[in-house]
Amino acid sequence: LFRFTSDSQTNEPLKKPVPLHEQTVKDEKGRYQRFHGAFTGGFSAGYFNTVGTKEGWAPSTFVSSRQQKVEKKHHARPEDFMDEEDFGEHGIAPREITTSQEFSSSRRDAAGEKARAVHAQAALIPGDTLLEELITPTRSSVGVELLKRMGWREGQGVGPRTKRKARRQQTDGAGGVYGAVLPPAGSEESEDEEEFAPENVTFAPKDVTPGLGYRGLDPGRALLGRAAPEHIDLFRPQSESRSRLFGDAQRGSRRGGVAGQVGTFNGCNGPSTKDASYLGKILEGFTLAQKPSQETTIFPPPSLPRDYRPVHRFRPSVEVLSLSGVSPGGRHQLDSSQRRALLGEDALQGVCPSSVLELLKPEDRERLLSLRNSSSSNLPTPKTQPPASHDALRWAGPAAVAAPVGGVAASSSSASGLQQEALTVWKGVQTSAQTFRPFEKNSSKQARYELYLNRLKQGDKDGLEQSLDPGMTEWERSRERDEFVRASILYRPTASSLSCRFTRAKDPEEDDGSVEVPRDQEGDVDDKQAAVNMKMFGKLTRETFEWYPDKLLCKRFNIPDPYPGCSLVGLPKVKRDKFSVFNFLTVPESRETTAPPKPADAGKRSRWDVSQQKEEEKKEKKEKEKDPLSQLLNDARKQTETKLGQNEEKEEEKEEEEEEEESRPPMDLFKAIFASSSDEKSSSSSEGESDGEAEDKDATEDRGKADTQPLSLFGIPTSIQQTGKNKTVDSIYNGAAGPVSLDGDQ
Amino acid sequence: MAFPEPRPQAPQLPQHLLRTIDCQQGAVRAVRFNADGNYLLSCGSDKSLKLWSVSRGTPLKTYSGHGYEVLDADGSYDNSHLCSCSSDKTVILWDVATGQVTRKLRGHAGKVNCVQFNEEATIILSGSLDGTVRCWDTRSRRFEPIQVLDEARDSVSSLKVAQHELLTGSVDGRVRRYDLRMGQLHVDFISSPITCVCFSQDGQCTLSSSLDSTVRLLDKSTGEMLGEYSGHKMKGYKLDCCLSSKDTHVLSCSEDGHVYFWDLVEGSLSLKLPVGKAVVQSLSFHPTETCLLTAMEGRVQVWGAEPEDTEEDAVAT
Repeated sequence: LFRFTSDSQTNEPLKKPVPLHEQTVKDEKGRYQRFHGAFTGGFSAGYFNTVGTKEGWAPSTFVSSRQQKVEKKHHARPEDFMDEEDFGEHGIAPREITTSQEFSSSRRDAAGEKARAVHAQAALIPGDTLLEELITPTRSSVGVELLKRMGWREGQGVGPRTKRKARRQQTDGAGGVYGAVLPPAGSEESEDEEEFAPENVTFAPKDVTPGLGYRGLDPGRALLGRAAPEHIDLFRPQSESRSRLFGDAQRGSRRGGVAGQVGTFNGCNGPSTKDASYLGKILEGFTLAQKPSQETTIFPPPSLPRDYRPVHRFRPSVEVLSLSGVSPGGRHQLDSSQRRALLGEDALQGVCPSSVLELLKPEDRERLLSLRNSSSSNLPTPKTQPPASHDALRWAGPAAVAAPVGGVAASSSSASGLQQEALTVWKGVQTSAQTFRPFEKNSSKQARYELYLNRLKQGDKDGLEQSLDPGMTEWERSRERDEFVRASILYRPTASSLSCRFTRAKDPEEDDGSVEVPRDQEGDVDDKQAAVNMKMFGKLTRETFEWYPDKLLCKRFNIPDPYPGCSLVGLPKVKRDKFSVFNFLTVPESRETTAPPKPADAGKRSRWDVSQQKEEEKKEKKEKEKDPLSQLLNDARKQTETKLGQNEEKEEEKEEEEEEEESRPPMDLFKAIFASSSDEKSSSSSEGESDGEAEDKDATEDRGKADTQPLSLFGIPTSIQQTGKNKTVDSIYNGAAGPVSLDGDQ
Repeated sequence: MAFPEPRPQAPQLPQHLLRTIDCQQGAVRAVRFNADGNYLLSCGSDKSLKLWSVSRGTPLKTYSGHGYEVLDADGSYDNSHLCSCSSDKTVILWDVATGQVTRKLRGHAGKVNCVQFNEEATIILSGSLDGTVRCWDTRSRRFEPIQVLDEARDSVSSLKVAQHELLTGSVDGRVRRYDLRMGQLHVDFISSPITCVCFSQDGQCTLSSSLDSTVRLLDKSTGEMLGEYSGHKMKGYKLDCCLSSKDTHVLSCSEDGHVYFWDLVEGSLSLKLPVGKAVVQSLSFHPTETCLLTAMEGRVQVWGAEPEDTEEDAVAT
């Protein structure tokens, strides 16, 4: 039986012990570790387990993920080189949640402050610490920052400086108010000895979890049933003194702000007079209100009239939707003619220029045009711009045809490339069925678009410009041009994948700028046919092209890529101007370069095929009968053959070649032969067709005993092969269908 | 040049019928030896592909999975895989042992006429009625061909692979040789639709049979004709031709029920082997020995140089 080698071996389990050099050790992250030595048992301490190269960190090279799966990157982050100790509490990258510097209180810095104070005492300049404070401001938190901006300094309490007198009034609880109070404007007074800064404030983290102003139930008070004597002061327990500061006159005054809100939070509702305790200093120019602000009176809704119906009806001024071609998208999507129609304006009659060029003097215009033509010479030039026409579809006039050229000059090269693509896509498409109507909402635009498509199908290069509305402004036209080209490419006709296989019948009327053709095309069949008829295989029938195999194909065949670094695949193609001179030069060129009829095979045959000379003569006779015009050539060949028969040495062969070349008939003869052979070919093709028909008949006859019939693949009418270039789609389909119909067993 | 030395004694020809295998699979479209010549593959019109022992004539395995008649098949160098192509436009890669479909390759737009492994069975090449040759990768899971060779203007009827070269024959009357190493495509115009192409064993010549009832031996490098063999009848069917294992003879099927043997050098007809009354559809020559397979209708015949008993001994040992 067959030997099964490939699959069975891979499934076997590994039995061999792993050799020493293949034994690897990985750490917990899957990185390879390098042993230092067998006895020490430790890991190598060098660069091997860290940076990897002797020189240090090696820059990583880009590896495309297309070719290669993305490997897990080793040694990517600094954390990859740290161990648990480093991640610990005292390591360099602790992995525990701690308060960041920003939110840590300044209490932590108390020791530092003390040290600083001691240092300041010992320093030469006593105010040294002041300087330090100025220099290191950034580590304080946002609140401290704000306070500082408001004039607070470290080591002070918060709040305005108070005179000793006031302090005396305030008793002892002036400091530590955590309120935002601006320092007094006359801060120069702070030099005075009488003035006194509030006590220092500390920013201890909050240790009470309840919200602002929360106070738990006071059981004593709840039991006694009397109301809270006063609003709770948030910041100072002894708020009675503060309220005393304002006096009884302020009692009952209702004010907003924090205090009022707090009061509502507290649940002491109603216009209570007890919650009024405004803290801090009242700004200059303001006094506390003496009477409460007026309550906002809420008016009842107006009583509706009896016959009121809650429906609003607009006065029908312009029936927007009834207008043709107006999309509900708004006025910005309309063009000028539509807006004009909406407004009910008349069309501008001839007076208004549609182009800037119209406004220029004739000589200036000429100058501009000549300038532009020199830059883009291949574009036609307008003589005059036509007057803007009201009718959107009035593009048919001769003046209108020349009109939109100004826009052409502006169109970029990429746009023209798109247009070209659209042209190639749509050209020759004969589908009458409308595939998609992208501008269905705008009927006139859709009409223009369809006109454009029709022109594309006819292969009209200027179809786009001609189908645009010359009455529109330049901007609108260019926009519509873009839209049309894009739409035509987007909604291209559904070409089957086979369509690329066909060469379209060439039509001399078609004006296509360039066609993509294989760079090296096979030469004329006629020459080769003649050569085949004369049995002169070799240079006449051989053609060699550059051919680019796929990279992977070369790899699979185990051979180097013949064109390394070249992304081409298959036969190279070039875009060539259709009516380039070189297209016509190729045929005579190949005739020139193809070698003269070389008697090489004849000479070789003469070496071992002497016995068949009679047959050959017979064949030649046949050929004479068949092809009287190639008789001359055969005669020439016969001469050389007889000469070859006389002396067979190679050196003389060369001479004979030269002789033969000398005796080569003139070009006219070749032409005559080739022309005649093409005629003959056509007759033979008709023969082939009749053959095909005959076979067809046979096939239908044989259908009964079909199953055991041999397979036939070649009942194709030979006209397809013969007419090489002029393949049409229809004939190809016939050809494809040919052998199928001939298969007897279907 | 490329001519082998004429042999002093007449080389033996496989003219003795060793056995006839009735394949029971409809008409046999193609018959092929495997890489070492111990087994044969028969492609049936009943959608099946069968593996036979040449020496005993016994069926070994049937591979079914095609949706239409099988047109060609080939075995990999290590006998682990088979590939076959069919009128259902697919190419199938088979596992020999299990008989399962390893891969079914779709992409051709017409029926697939011919299929070949490359030497290492890393690529399957298939030529189709749609005029393309597709190169399928057997190593990757990709179901698209690596490359599509669409130079042919008509159906590709036959293709052969030798080392770094790919030879295709097309109905447009051209023999194309793709040289992967040089990155070149050589096109030889024969004018008549090609039915079969072959490399010679020494790799210097190409053999092509065409519908003008002629087999031509061309020099591979220059395209010159080295020999022309005619006398048989090949007008409408896709019939095979081949060279003998020692490059001494040119063989071709014929529609008149014979296999024609020509001396390669002299070009003379050395044997006209009568196979049957119908068309000889396919033939395959043993890679090393003097052994020939022919397919006619539903039968495969094995031909050897000597009569039965000695041949069987030789194979058995």
